[in-house]
Amino acid sequence: MSKHTLDPNKWIDLYSDYLFNYTISRVNDREIAKDLIQDTFIAGLKSMKNFKGNASERTWLISILKRKIIDYYRKSNSKKGQAEVRINYNSEENEGDWLEERVADPFDKTAEDEMENSELGDAIYSCLDKLPEKQAQVFKMKTILNYETEAICNELNITASNLWVIIHRARVAMAECMQKHWF
Amino acid sequence: MYAKTLVLIEPETSDMKKSFLFISCEEAQHICDKSQYGEATFWERVKLSIRLSWCKVTQAYTKSNRKLTNAIKSSKVDCLKDSEMEALKTQFEEQLKKPH
Repeated sequence: MSKHTLDPNKWIDLYSDYLFNYTISRVNDREIAKDLIQDTFIAGLKSMKNFKGNASERTWLISILKRKIIDYYRKSNSKKGQAEVRINYNSEENEGDWLEERVADPFDKTAEDEMENSELGDAIYSCLDKLPEKQAQVFKMKTILNYETEAICNELNITASNLWVIIHRARVAMAECMQKHWF
Repeated sequence: MYAKTLVLIEPETSDMKKSFLFISCEEAQHICDKSQYGEATFWERVKLSIRLSWCKVTQAYTKSNRKLTNAIKSSKVDCLKDSEMEALKTQFEEQLKKPH
């Protein structure tokens, strides 16, 4: 099996979106997620000599990021000193039913849902990685960041019809890839 | 004496092409893409519906296109904005210059 190598010059372009998506689904804060991925890249840079080449670059960076996320939660919990419990009572009649209320809350996401969402996110990013750079960029801007067509055209200096051709090709490739790996 | 020949007129060469409500498969797919982002006009959606009622290719494309849209929406996938990516790059490039 061929050994993997590290090229930190390409880390930001290749992995920052993937790592960001991985982090934001776990910490729910954009600024914290950005700090954590910055810390991950720096930690990766410092421990490059420990990389044995058995795992891919992305897997190796994710393993560093996982430790960073655990450290973040450890620190934030030690600052709090105690667990925070939020209780909402709808009316006086319901008072005392808070435990059942928490358990049966239909709007609460279950752990399984969260897990499936994060796996689906991983599948989407794996398919995005296979797209040509321009297609991936336009698709991300339009579909994930929800930018207006005009804003993307101005930013990338392309016409609207160009944009829709790129989007069409990206969507066809994405649907095909997702069909193979997810649906 | 004269053999009668049957001439098949394809939709592209007939008046259908000129008709306001009939669109090609490519155009239908383009409208379908736009409608995934809520950017198809009312008349475009009408034209797409007509094409969808009989064209198997458009039906298959629309189905997989909607599936993709739903998957992305339900995943709540997120990514960095260009400005955030640039800021990250600048900070990291400074780190790269340092000896490790």
